Parts: sequence; C-alpha cells; structure tokens
Amino acid sequence: MILTISSLLMMFANLMQQTKKIIQEKYLKNDSGNTTANPIAIEATDEQLDEKTHELKDQIYDIIRTIKDPEKPATLEDLSVVYENGVEVINQRNLKLYTVRIEFNPTVPHCSLATLIGLSIRIKVIRSILENVKLDIYIKEGAHTTEEEINKQINDKERVAAAMENPSLRDVVEKCIKEEE
Amino acid sequence: MTGKLKTICSLKGHSGIVWNASWHPKGQMLASCGEDKTIRLWNYKDGDKSTLKCLLADGHQRTVRAIAWSYCGQSLASASFDATIAIWDNKSGQFECNATLEGHENEVKSVAWSRSGSMLATCSRDKSVWVWEVWEDNEYECAAVLNAHSQDVKKVVWHPHEDILASASYDNSVKLYMEDADKEWTCVGTLSSHTSTVWSLAFDKTGDRLVTSSDDRTLKIWQKYLPGNPEGISVKDANFVYKCVCTISGFHTRPIYDVTWCHLTDLIATACGDNSIRIFKEEDLSDRNQPSFSCVSHVSEAHSQDINSVQWNPVVKGVLASCSDDGLVKIWKMEST
Repeated sequence: MILTISSLLMMFANLMQQTKKIIQEKYLKNDSGNTTANPIAIEATDEQLDEKTHELKDQIYDIIRTIKDPEKPATLEDLSVVYENGVEVINQRNLKLYTVRIEFNPTVPHCSLATLIGLSIRIKVIRSILENVKLDIYIKEGAHTTEEEINKQINDKERVAAAMENPSLRDVVEKCIKEEE
Repeated sequence: MTGKLKTICSLKGHSGIVWNASWHPKGQMLASCGEDKTIRLWNYKDGDKSTLKCLLADGHQRTVRAIAWSYCGQSLASASFDATIAIWDNKSGQFECNATLEGHENEVKSVAWSRSGSMLATCSRDKSVWVWEVWEDNEYECAAVLNAHSQDVKKVVWHPHEDILASASYDNSVKLYMEDADKEWTCVGTLSSHTSTVWSLAFDKTGDRLVTSSDDRTLKIWQKYLPGNPEGISVKDANFVYKCVCTISGFHTRPIYDVTWCHLTDLIATACGDNSIRIFKEEDLSDRNQPSFSCVSHVSEAHSQDINSVQWNPVVKGVLASCSDDGLVKIWKMEST
C-alpha cells in the first residue's frame, strides 16, 4: 500500500517536472527576441484601442465600486467615495502601456482612513486586472487636509509593498476588498 | 561609446518582485533578492550560459529589499523589511548567515559597505541611517545613528575612495556624512533640488560627481567643489560642497527607481517605472561646471513591469544587470556600433 502511494507520488512529481519543463521551454523561446518588435504583430487601429480603453475603464470601476468602507457598513460607491468619472485610462501608444488614474473623495476632509482606502483600491485593482497597467491613485483635489502627504504615500510602491507585509494592516485591507457572495 | 543594449540572458527563479541585483566585485557572480524572501546567487558566463549557483532562503522573515557585496568579495549583506540586516559568507565552503544586525525599528531599505570594508551603512523607514563598525569574527558594532532626514531613507552609498557616506530620502533630499575631528559622524551636506522622493544615487569613478534619480522623473548631476575653487562656488566652512550642475528631464515617464554610474565606461544607466532602461553619456567637450548628457540607448520594454534596479558589472565593460516586478533578472550588453 505504502509502496503504491509513494510510486504514485513519484509519478506525479515526474509529470509536474515535465510540464514545468515544457512551459519553461515555451516561455524561453518566446522571450528570446524581446527587444525587437515582433514582425507579425498587427498594429491595432485607433478605434480598437479606444474601445479597449473604454472597456478597461468600466472594468476598473466595477472592481473598485464594491470595496467596503473600513468602518461603515457600506461600499465606496454607496458613500460616493469613488465614482465613474473618477477613473481615467490613458493609453500611451508609443509605450504600449495603459496608465490608470483613479481619483477618490474621502467622506470628510480629515478622514483618518483615507490612506487605507487608497491602499485597498490599489491592491484590489492590481489583483483583479490582467492587463499590465500603471496605476496612479489620488485624492480629489481639495478634499483632504493632508492630500499631498497621502497621495505620496499611496503611490510609493515600496511603502505599499511593506504595508501589505504588515499582518494587521493586511487583514484590514483584505476585509475591505473581500467580495460578498 | 554609443551603441545598442542587447539582452544576453534572462534569469528565472524568483517569484514576485525582484527588488535588487548586485554584482560580486570580481564580476563573475550576481546576487539578487526580492519579495519571495530569498537571495539567489547566479554564476555569470558570457552568452546565455549563466546559471543559478546557490539559493539562500532562510535569512529573513519578510521581503529582502537590498543586497551588497563587500569590496573584498568575502561577505554579502542583505537588508529586509523584517527590520534586520543579515551578513552572509562562504568561509565554511557554503554561503551561510553568520550575523544578524538588529536595531532599526522597521523596514531596512538599503545596505552598503565602505571601500575599506571596515564599515557598513544601513537605512530604514524609521528615518535613520546607521553606521556599523566591522570587527573580526562577525562582530558588528553600531558607531552612529544619524537622524538627519525627516522621512524614510531609501538608499545609502559610500564614496568610492573616502569614508564619505550619502543617503537619499522620501523627504526629497540627499544628505552627506563624514567623521569630524572628534571621530563623531555628522551630516556635512544637504543636496536639495528634487521635488519628490530621491530613490537612488551613484558616484562616478572619481567620487567628485554624484547622480541622483527621483520620483519627479528627473536625474540630477552634482559636482564637488573644494574651498577656494576657481569657479567661486561658496563652500562656507565645510570641507566641500556638491552643487547641482545638470538636470536630465524629458526622458523618463515614471519614477526612476535606480541609477548606476559605470566606473569603466562612465556611462549612466537608469531603471524606470515605465519598463525602460536608458543609457546616458556625457557629451564630448561638455563643460565640467555645466555638463550636458545625451541618451545614447533606450530599451522601451526591457521588462514587462517596473524596473527596480540596474547595476553595471564592475569588471566586464558594458555588461549591465537589471531586475523587475516581473520576477526576472536580466543581463544586458552594450554593443558598440
């Protein structure tokens, strides 16, 4: 019996290794000519790009509107902290990059949880979006007493990464971004 | 030297963000570290033959943010978000952690060995820069805690020949430190000109120039002036002053996370949040007091995500290492045309 299980396990391990190897080989091949443009890639037309930009905008708003407020039993959309025209998608054609700018409006100008809201928006968007986007998150101009300070903090990638390794901070963020069944 | 930057190889292994890469002083080995809490040592071979040599996985509890080799090549220091610094060496035949330095209150963001190897500098989100004296038998003693910055400190680097330390911060400034006549470490200069976080900085081979990279999307070049300089730059009662002589703007479209100044070719390379690597060169006949730099190479999709670190190989001319949020470490070569 034990023998059977261990041999089964061995087989499984071998299979995994092979799969991994195949994936790696495929991946490596794709990677080899990366600095030069792919000659068979067809340039997207302006309409296609605009459509994609709109889609992405809607998709991102859908992701952030259901984020819960850290202390009230309501979503950011319910509280008008986020709103559709607060999401802007800029397509930098020459760089093949999408820049997403999200503006939010804290409920009160001295809201102590603004940083946490900003952090929750960033983490949820990064986790949910498959496209490779550059994300900038800002407080609505004039909506907070320490606006600049918070903007700097929630857009500092190193601080965000460190914050998410802080167990208590991470728990709060996870609660805010958890999807209701 | 102008030319094209080409990938030699792409090293896979890390999962998640790779934060930093550091060449061994002999140029044949590269260390990298990241979000997966590991340090990887790669054997560098010409062509695409570079391979993983060794994996150091049990030194830190959180992200390993930065690593640095001592100039003698015997020791490797790693700085982590777990608030500690680990010192690794292979005196026993394999790489082991032989000392852990504690003292910072939270995330340690950078670590650097002095040229002589007798000192180590570290910095943290706790706003302080620490200078550690290195004794034999893995003994490290804190020689100074410098609280010159008003916000978290992102990077520390030593002058290439003298015991002068420089630090870059979230408070938008760079500070310089030296020992005074009483052997007390003190801040001897503040470099203010950037309008946002200074992420990184590097000295040129003489140490008379510094380049800084910032969240404000610019690079700045700083020139050292001594008292009584013919240009008439005021040094007051200091030993020297570094003055901003050039701002390189209009190239980078996102924060510039790292900058490296090659001591063999004098080329500057940058790691940017727009996925690009750019190479800058001082123009011929450029005025020392008002230099101009041109962008001689630009690889726009060098990685598929933010690039966090770049470093020139200290021995092999034109070879550059980079690492990124995309989980990869890449080695590049500048090919002359």
